[in-house]
Amino acid sequence: MALLLIAHVAGALLAVPVVRRWGTRGVLLTALLPLAAVVWLARVWAVDGVSAVRTAELAWVPGLDLSVTLRLDALSGLLVLVVAAVGSLVLAYSAGYFADEEEAAARVRTVPALVGFAGAMLGLVLADDLVLLYVCWEVTTVLSWWLVGSGGRSGEARRAAVHALLVTTAGGLALLVGVVLLAVETGTTRISELLADPPEASAAVAVAAVLLLAGAITKSALLPVTAWLPGAMVAPTPVSAYLHAAAMVKAGVYLVARFTPVFEQVPLWRTAAIAVGATTMVVGAWRALRQHDLKLLLAHGTVSELGFMVVLLAAGGRTAALAGAALLLAHAMFKSALFMVAGAIDHSAGTRDVRELSGLSRSARPLLVISVLAAASMAGVPPTLGFIAHEAGFEAFAVHAGAADHVVLAVLVVGSVLTAAYSARFVLGAFGDRDGAEPTPWHRPGAALVLPAAAGALGSLVLGLFPGPVDALVSAVVADRPSEGGEPYHLALWHGLTPALAASAVALGGAALLVAARGPVLRAQERLAVPALRALPAGRVQDGALRGLDAVAARTTRAHQRGSLPQYVLVVAAALVAGPGTGLVLALSAGAWPTGWRAWDAPAQPLLAALCLASAVAAAALRNRRSAFLVVGVSGYALAGLFVVAGAPDLALTQALVETVTLAVALLVLRRLPARFEQAPGRRGRGPSRAVRVLAAAGAGVVAALLSAVALASRTAEPIADLVARLAVEEGDNVVNVILVDVRAWDTYGEITVLTAAATGVASLVFLRDRAGRAPALDESPGEDEARLASSWRGEEDLHPGPDSAPQRPWLTAAGTLPPGRRSAVLEAAVRLVFGVVMVLSVHLLLVGHDQPGGGFAGGLVAGIALFLRYAAGGRYELGEAARVDAGALLGLGLLIAGVTAVVPLFLGGQVLESASVDLHLPVLGTVHLVSSLAFDVGVYLVVVATVLDVLRSLGAGVDVSREREREHEAEEVS
Amino acid sequence: MSPTVVLTVTVAGLVAVGVYLLTSRHLSRVVLGVVVMSNGVNLLLIAAAGPAGPAPIAGPGGAVPEEELASAADPLPQAFVLTAIVITFAVTAFGLALSYRLGRLEDDDVVHDAGPHRRTRGEPAGAAGPGDPDRDERHERAGGAPR
Repeated sequence: MALLLIAHVAGALLAVPVVRRWGTRGVLLTALLPLAAVVWLARVWAVDGVSAVRTAELAWVPGLDLSVTLRLDALSGLLVLVVAAVGSLVLAYSAGYFADEEEAAARVRTVPALVGFAGAMLGLVLADDLVLLYVCWEVTTVLSWWLVGSGGRSGEARRAAVHALLVTTAGGLALLVGVVLLAVETGTTRISELLADPPEASAAVAVAAVLLLAGAITKSALLPVTAWLPGAMVAPTPVSAYLHAAAMVKAGVYLVARFTPVFEQVPLWRTAAIAVGATTMVVGAWRALRQHDLKLLLAHGTVSELGFMVVLLAAGGRTAALAGAALLLAHAMFKSALFMVAGAIDHSAGTRDVRELSGLSRSARPLLVISVLAAASMAGVPPTLGFIAHEAGFEAFAVHAGAADHVVLAVLVVGSVLTAAYSARFVLGAFGDRDGAEPTPWHRPGAALVLPAAAGALGSLVLGLFPGPVDALVSAVVADRPSEGGEPYHLALWHGLTPALAASAVALGGAALLVAARGPVLRAQERLAVPALRALPAGRVQDGALRGLDAVAARTTRAHQRGSLPQYVLVVAAALVAGPGTGLVLALSAGAWPTGWRAWDAPAQPLLAALCLASAVAAAALRNRRSAFLVVGVSGYALAGLFVVAGAPDLALTQALVETVTLAVALLVLRRLPARFEQAPGRRGRGPSRAVRVLAAAGAGVVAALLSAVALASRTAEPIADLVARLAVEEGDNVVNVILVDVRAWDTYGEITVLTAAATGVASLVFLRDRAGRAPALDESPGEDEARLASSWRGEEDLHPGPDSAPQRPWLTAAGTLPPGRRSAVLEAAVRLVFGVVMVLSVHLLLVGHDQPGGGFAGGLVAGIALFLRYAAGGRYELGEAARVDAGALLGLGLLIAGVTAVVPLFLGGQVLESASVDLHLPVLGTVHLVSSLAFDVGVYLVVVATVLDVLRSLGAGVDVSREREREHEAEEVS
Repeated sequence: MSPTVVLTVTVAGLVAVGVYLLTSRHLSRVVLGVVVMSNGVNLLLIAAAGPAGPAPIAGPGGAVPEEELASAADPLPQAFVLTAIVITFAVTAFGLALSYRLGRLEDDDVVHDAGPHRRTRGEPAGAAGPGDPDRDERHERAGGAPR
């Protein structure tokens, strides 16, 4: 069984080259695949009878308890027969339909998808697992989209395909939710287990039933979503014959047939399905009677028949289900045959409009015979299989005593009248003569177009005359259904003078009257048709719905995405107050208010806090840019003091260093911005008022304060710190550093990645195009611009040798590269002297970090400050001389070192970032305790240095260059 | 555990000033807001970590003997805050670079409302507008002079 499915999937893939290479013969070859399924089924039935049960299982996702579970029983067998037999007929028919060479592209597009579709359908009807069923269900939906859209070559086809896709996918979603509900409620996804032990009626099961029914309704195009099926008639006829007559639309019917026993305790299932099915049957048949296009007539007829089947299969009783199963088989045969006839007529006459066709009864006699046989079966004329199925259906509702059953019977009879009438309309319309019309030009269709249709038509007749095998099969299908009473019903041509026979007679008689009066009937239909419904073709409804959705989305987005930065920040602040704020208030009212407040921990604390707060508030009030940044720096240094008091020297060190570097970078940038914050109303909208801003700020501040207080008071667990501390001491004495580079090194690795990204972002914003490179050094001969600049600074008396002619690297580069007015030789020399010492300090901080305050971050920042000093004193060439490396490369190197340190333990049998330590006994230095996490810290150090360097290079040196260029431009304009 | 009034008040004040600055139109004030608010939040983490204590550094060079390490200040929030400080620096530098770029384009670093995206106003996509990346390129090629 599983092999069969795999063969179809492989076949669909292989079919592409096969059909491309061998053309129509390749198409005939593909027809063998579904035929193999028929043969397999025949063998199973020959050995074990039609009630044979076969199961197969393939592991799929063991972790999720999902498996490809297949189960063949009589119902599945019936569907396999339909899907595979019609599938091979349709594929054979495709060979004729796509025979012309112009059709080669359509052939390659369509045939492989049809093979794959057959596989998906087989999977759907054989699935014993609900998840597998759902997956196959969606595969058929997607393939249907592809086949109907026929490669998206016409707008009409695209629209029809998308319409079908939207409707059936919506139903598929409903099915999925229903399946999940059912699985959660019953604890199993096996259909066989659900059948063996139907779930008790509960609200959840009822909802699942309704959702499953919704899935079936969309797939089988029942009311109220019938429109996609006639729309899909733009597809090539083989596709219509297969998907929209025999196979895909039967998936919904199959679902109803399969789950009616499961939902036997949910009355809603039965009522809803019968109501929907009966209405659909009548409305579909009524619409079919009105069509001029043969395919549309058949499509509306299919909708009607599907409604009929759903009524029969959902009713629950044995006879009704028997009739439903028989009708399913009969319909597959006659409807696919009729579709193939319609396609052959279209192919040979160039039209399938009944108003243009004339005289085909003489030119296309074989097709006439086929049509009469198939249409007779559709109409329920004896002695065809269709008649037998109709009989059984009437019998099921006639033997019942309930009034409701009689209402259903009446509706079925009305539906059958209309069905027989449109069957006649098909034959008369296609083959009748129009008054005064020339016979339609005709060329003989090939055998491949006629023989598959003939097979279906002949089957309808033969199985009607000898219904024994069908009866055996459908009796096995309905073996578990409860009997409606009396003897078990069996399919036969003659049951005696029964009410069912009377119903059949009424149906056919009524149809004869309708056919006799077809002119007035058609005119009456035109008058009766509801104008509003006719003005709303499904395509336009769908387009309107999609456009409306777009408009709603645009309006919603417009309402809250105003493109205003302050407004977005306010929304975030409001969310902070509304969300966590509410939670905090609730916690406080539940008694989380902390007790034992201390005013301060140390006398220095209030002083530092006051300084910190006051300078922050000043920053908000000051309108001078530079001052604002300076007082924020003061606030940061005060915070460092608070960290010292709190017992966090590492934090204090880092905070002070960061504050320094930030201040330096800010001063570099502020060179390029106006000195003051001018009152600048936004060009669009004024932005939030000051009152709103103050309110939001106060709210956020209060929430933060409450959070810190409540967090302390709500602590229930022992701080993990004790444990971490004990772990850490085994590695080094400075617990904070050990946490950073060892215990939580993953975190730190992520952080230095962020640093790298930020540095890259800064460089990109300044240089725009090329992020690589480094600050210019002396021996790289500066560009002509820069050489000219340098000489202009130097004036006429070129006392110093220029950088180009420098035989040796000068000790102070600024001599040749900065205008004399901007130089301070004392500062340059002092910085040059101090630089080495500071760099040594930075390496020292790195090395001792494991045991004392310091570490990679602090060390890197100190080195960064040293570089900044060099730049500030001597300009960009001095920076280039101080750090003769590409900042980007240095960032990469740092990340690489940290990364390698992280990964190496893996090769030594450890875990990522596991650290090891070695005690080295060196002759002079004594014992050195080397920890592998030091290497990690070196990576951190390099990344931090490189980040500062990159920022200096771009916001410092890069900005210098563009400034000088501007000055030069201005000078040129003046001269 | 009991909180400290001074720290709680400072946290509130820093966060409030930070949010106030963040809602400003000047990008460099927004950057200031990021700095001040981050300071506030970092202090919040430290304040919520428990009472102050000796530095969590053991051994001869440290503040406490190894066996009394548990009585020191909680090292875990300190490690968090340390990374947060450095990240704040990275964000600040990036924000300053943004201010610089905006200042080059607009003479000032005022962030104007962009208004709703043109697709939501029913206008076609693809028209060259203020967000056109080529504009910066042209600007830079023209000598980088501010408008």
